[in-house]
Amino acid sequence: MATESATVAEARRQMEICNACRYCEGYCAVFPAMAMRRSFTEGDLTHLANLCHGCKGCYHACQYAPPHAFGINIPATFAELRNESYAAHAWPAPLGAVFERNGTIVSLFAALGVALALILTVALQDPAVLWSAQRGVGAFFRVIPHWLMISLGLLTFGFAIVALAMGARSYWRATGGGGGAFAPAPAAEAVVDIAIMRNLGGGGHGCNDLDEGFSTRRRWLHQALMYGFLLCFAATCTGTIYHYFLSWKSPHAFLSLPVQFGFWGGVLMMIGTAGLAHVKIITDPGPVSRKVMGGEFAILGLLFLIAATGLLLLAVRHTGAMGLMLAIHLGLVFAFFLVLPYSKMVHGLYRGIALLRNAQEKRRAVAV
Amino acid sequence: MVDLTQTFDVLIAGGGNAALCAAITARRAGATVVVAEHAPKSMRGGNSRHTRNVRSLHHGPTGVLTDSYLEEEYWDDLRRVTAGKTDEPLARMCIRASEEAPKFLESCGVVFQPSLSGTLSLSRTNAFFLGGGKALINALYRTAEALGITILYDTEVQHIEVKDGFATKAIVSHRGFPARIKFKAFIASAGGFQANREWLRKYWGDAADNFQIRGTPYAQGRILKDMLASGVQEVGDPTQFHAVANDARAPMEDGGLAMRLDCVPFSVVVNRDVERFYDEGEDVWPKRYAIWGRLIAQQPDQVAFAINDSKAQHNYLPPVFAPYEAGSIAELAGMIGLDAGKLEKVVADYNAAVQPGTFSAQTLDDCRTEGLTPPKSHWARRIDTPPYYCHPLRPGITFTFLSVKVNDRARVMMADGTPSANMFASGEIMSGNILGQGYLAGFGMAIGTVFGRIAGEEAAKLVRN
Repeated sequence: MATESATVAEARRQMEICNACRYCEGYCAVFPAMAMRRSFTEGDLTHLANLCHGCKGCYHACQYAPPHAFGINIPATFAELRNESYAAHAWPAPLGAVFERNGTIVSLFAALGVALALILTVALQDPAVLWSAQRGVGAFFRVIPHWLMISLGLLTFGFAIVALAMGARSYWRATGGGGGAFAPAPAAEAVVDIAIMRNLGGGGHGCNDLDEGFSTRRRWLHQALMYGFLLCFAATCTGTIYHYFLSWKSPHAFLSLPVQFGFWGGVLMMIGTAGLAHVKIITDPGPVSRKVMGGEFAILGLLFLIAATGLLLLAVRHTGAMGLMLAIHLGLVFAFFLVLPYSKMVHGLYRGIALLRNAQEKRRAVAV
Repeated sequence: MVDLTQTFDVLIAGGGNAALCAAITARRAGATVVVAEHAPKSMRGGNSRHTRNVRSLHHGPTGVLTDSYLEEEYWDDLRRVTAGKTDEPLARMCIRASEEAPKFLESCGVVFQPSLSGTLSLSRTNAFFLGGGKALINALYRTAEALGITILYDTEVQHIEVKDGFATKAIVSHRGFPARIKFKAFIASAGGFQANREWLRKYWGDAADNFQIRGTPYAQGRILKDMLASGVQEVGDPTQFHAVANDARAPMEDGGLAMRLDCVPFSVVVNRDVERFYDEGEDVWPKRYAIWGRLIAQQPDQVAFAINDSKAQHNYLPPVFAPYEAGSIAELAGMIGLDAGKLEKVVADYNAAVQPGTFSAQTLDDCRTEGLTPPKSHWARRIDTPPYYCHPLRPGITFTFLSVKVNDRARVMMADGTPSANMFASGEIMSGNILGQGYLAGFGMAIGTVFGRIAGEEAAKLVRN
């Protein structure tokens, strides 16, 4: 085991103060989980940091927040610890370094993805497809060949899945492992926690999204983004089923399932990403870690662009702008798949595991 | 910039719960209100910032309070802790009015929660603020701002000019500049003088240097002293304060609640001279924690050491500062600078006096000593399982008892027994009227809310006429 980082030591110092105070126990899952412990291993702290949803309730309520000498700032400290845990559990391990300059690298990949898609299109097809209108069945594949679209998609997405699975395995072991046999009740609780974002409820009245006042803005925006993202994923799945099982080829009609999923998913994603970025810009900077902001803005930007280009593609798909828009959109999507395991997106995975572990722990604590 | 040439209806000195309850009530009644808070915005709220709950009478279960807590029981609890040093009519009025306190605070945006872990099991008598006192303070300030109350941070009221019981104007330091504030009514809600070490030295001498001030460093008692010098009647023992057993390594000011230690019932406690001085297991900790600050304050060098072993580690809340840890009692003594031979003898004598019993951390068990002076009446187990631990202790002062005298309408009483024409008080600056000694958890917030509301209401009524 490598020596602990300064962030781990700082998180432990803060948790030891919090555990003697416990005023925040009503806000979220972190503080009851903290109270189940008397001392904090690095794995415990990683778990607690990933359980934290960054609602900032504890910061604004803290009698020990800066400028108090104790300088308790759980949201910022845990954000940095989360970022370190993303790096620590990245697979392959050397790519963990990507989290050091996440904003730059995510942005760079997005740009490269677009460039590569355009270059490939021009290289493989008649460059004219980029500006001449394509209509009818198979229109998209005349811009980007079907085999290329599918193999790039499978390669990048498949790689992301493998890398995420390896990360999850490493994370689960490092934060305690075990947990006994799979039980449906804690798993169901974790799923509900994610589905309703229970921990962005602040104990009922919402979070300190902007300042010491309470609001549910961030919760709603995050829901829009998450469900928008899932709708877009559903669009891809239904499109695949249509293509391979029903032999219904794209482009599909506006009122077809894939297009409807994609349209509303895209709209929700744009609202969610733009809204969350806006909240990040105007929020009280006290409980915010500047270190991780670049990566957060980059992934929000990338998701926004994917949604925006998807919707634009839908709007211009019968015009000469379709080819260009399709190449840009797919370039962004493939770049997204590739950086998925090395971006803020992994928070969903580790947060999910943390919620599952927490649901298990609560039951064990009751059983003892 | 705030226009300080205008005449406000009501000036409130202080910025904690009592001040804001007064400000909001007066403003809702139509008065123009200015709040002068000595602290900067980040440290606003006085001792309220460190509080957690309010003790509230209730006839049946409410959203956050279980069962019922009626006047006679509340009064009985108060009479017991004050040993009769209270004003019964005033106390009963406050107790009755405390029923409305949670509802009023909720109307100001304060959110309550059911109590969970580590809270001395107070959910029947006390309503807990979600997030604690600072969250309450945040909600009160937001409400005050929305109502158009003028809030001046970094503004200390230094002197109130009083003529025949009538306050005419205030001399203040506003962001470092001298200024005057004109008003029609004045409400003093500026707390006690516990953070004024010079004042404490008057009664306690050099010992005062070793007292930790648990709460706000802004409780300098300047307005309290000023009003008493202007012919206001005083009440409460000036030499006395509420204090608990704090970790000796805590900051000297503003360490707040997390510095208190609950290890005493599961330890033996010796002073600098390695002598035990009080029954550590006299009663359950919630009923005894408040006497230990005074006990330690009376020891040489105002310091004490709680000694226990590995068996006791899980019987109390984890402390902020790790205890000293050693493989033997002699080694432990060396670490904390005590005479090793003496400490070994104290522990050996104690161990020899421990009677067999069934240990129960939460109840008055039958684990006690026999033939030991002073005895340890409960939770006495042999200290024999290394590692051995020591938590060093110092007195942590919560508030002082000296107060300005008020009547049941929160009006300040003059030394000649007549009520002041336009001065009121709420909160710690007048709590000595009701709390002559001792303390009940959450009662300070009850006094602050009840008298804050009365003071605000009366001040607004006065200026409207």
